[in-house]
Amino acid sequence: MIIRFPVYGLTSQHPPMPHHRLGGHAARKRIPVDISLEVNGRTENLDVEPGVTLLDALRERLDVTGPKKGCDRGQCGACTVHVGGRPVLSCLTLVATVREPVTTVDGLATGDALHPVQQAFVDQDALQCGFCTSGQIMSAVAAVEQDVDDVREFMSGNLCRCSAYPNIVAAIEQVRRADAVV
Amino acid sequence: MQSFELTAPTTVDDALAGAGTFLAGGTTLVDLMKLDVLTPRHVQDINAVPLRGIDTTDGLRLGALERMSDVARHPGVYPMISRALLQSASQQLRNMASMGGNLLQRTRCTYFRDVSMPCNRRVPGSGCPARSGAGRMHAVLGTSEACVATHPSDVAVALVALDAQVSLADAAGTRTVPLLDFYRLPGDTPHVENDLRPGELITEIVVPRLDWAANSTYVKVRDRQSYEFALCSAAVALDVRDARVVDARVAVGGVATVPWRLTAVEEALRGAPVTEEAFQEAAGVAAEGATPLSANGFKVPLLRRTVVRALCELTQDEPSGSRG
Repeated sequence: MIIRFPVYGLTSQHPPMPHHRLGGHAARKRIPVDISLEVNGRTENLDVEPGVTLLDALRERLDVTGPKKGCDRGQCGACTVHVGGRPVLSCLTLVATVREPVTTVDGLATGDALHPVQQAFVDQDALQCGFCTSGQIMSAVAAVEQDVDDVREFMSGNLCRCSAYPNIVAAIEQVRRADAVV
Repeated sequence: MQSFELTAPTTVDDALAGAGTFLAGGTTLVDLMKLDVLTPRHVQDINAVPLRGIDTTDGLRLGALERMSDVARHPGVYPMISRALLQSASQQLRNMASMGGNLLQRTRCTYFRDVSMPCNRRVPGSGCPARSGAGRMHAVLGTSEACVATHPSDVAVALVALDAQVSLADAAGTRTVPLLDFYRLPGDTPHVENDLRPGELITEIVVPRLDWAANSTYVKVRDRQSYEFALCSAAVALDVRDARVVDARVAVGGVATVPWRLTAVEEALRGAPVTEEAFQEAAGVAAEGATPLSANGFKVPLLRRTVVRALCELTQDEPSGSRG
C-alpha cells in the first residue's frame, strides 16, 4: 500500500483553483497526453495533463519519492534529477517534454552497494535533516563527473537549511580524491 | 496552473504554422504558469525543433535552443559571454534554459510575479507599486512612470556590448534585428517588452566577429556570491595597444529596464591610458540620466564602481599590454 503524505502547494492534479483567484478565466477543458519515459532504467507509460511536472509525475504517479518538493518553483534544488545525464530541476520540467532517460537518487545505488557519492555523504556526515540530500547528491554526482573547478559555486543551486555545506563539500572532495588515486 | 493544450512540432515550419506560446527550457514559462502570471491556452514544446548549433568560424552563431551551459563551456565563445552565463542562475537551470529563452526571460520584479498586486507590465494600466514600495532591486536607467522593473538577463548584457543580432522567423518570413533595438523601453507600454511579433520565434543569435573581444570580461555584483540576480553587472571589452585604449565596449545590467549599452563611457575610454584614474573618469558618465527611487539610490555609485572594477580586472594582468 502506498501512503501519500500531503505536500504543501497545489499539485497539477488538484482541481482548478476557484475562478476569482485566476482573474475570471473560465474553467478549461483538460487534455491529457500519453507519454513514455525511462526512469532509473525502467520504461514507464503514463497519461498526464500537460501541466504535470516531472517531479509530480515521479512522486505521485510512479512512487519515485527520492526527489523532494521543497519550493516547487526552481529555487531550492531539492527536486534535482538527471535528464540525459545532466542535472535539472524536476519541478520546472513538464514531464510531457522529457525525451531522455531520467535518473533520480533512487537509481544511483547498485543493489545494497551505495554510489560512491552516497557513501561519501554518509562518511562525511553531509546532512542533518536530510530533506535536501537527494538533490544535493544528484548535483554532487555531476560535480564529480565534470571535475568542476569550483565545487561551492557548482553546488550553489542546492540550498541546505541545516547548513551542512562544509560537509557536503568535504563529501565531494572525498570522492574526487578517491578518483584521483585510481 | 491553468490547463492548456500541448503540441510538439519537430520543424521550424510546423512551429510557425502552429498557435500558442513556445516552450523551450521552461525555466521562466513553467515558473510563471505556476504563479498564474502567464496562462497560455496552447503551448508548443519546441525542444525537438532543430535550432541548435554553436558556430565560431566567423564571429559567433548560436542556435536559439542551445543551452546556457553548453554555450558557456564552448572554448570559442568570447569570455564576456561565457562569464555572464556562468554567473547566471545555477548549474541545473543553465542545463535547462535556452539562449533564446534567456533573452526573453521576464523581470524578477516581485510585483510582476504576484498576481494579487497591481503591475502595469502584467496588467496594463493597473499601476506600479514598486515606485513607492520595495524598490531596492529596481532600475535607475530607462525607467518610466509606468514601470521601473529591471531586465534580468546577464548574457544579454554581454551580447548587447558585442552588437549581437537576433534572427527572427514567423509564417511570413525571416528578419534580423540588433539585440539593442530588439528590447523596448517601458514608456507607457511596459507590457510590450520587445520587438517580437505574435507567433514570431527567435531562431539564432549572431555575434559579429570582434577579435579584441578575446580581451573581455563580465563582473556581477549581487547580494550573495552565487545563484542570485545582479544588483549591478558590467560587460567590458578593451582593445589596448601601448598602454592606451584604442577601442572599448561597455554595457551594464541590473540597473536598467533593458540591457544597457554605455556608448558615452566607450567614447570616454578611447585614447585613455590604462590606469584606474582614467577608468574612473570615463565611468563618471556611466549613470548619466539615472533616476533612482528612494530605495535604490545606491545603484548610481555602484554602477560607476562596477564599470571601473570590470575595467581594472580586465587590465591588471597586462599593465602595458599589447593585445589587439
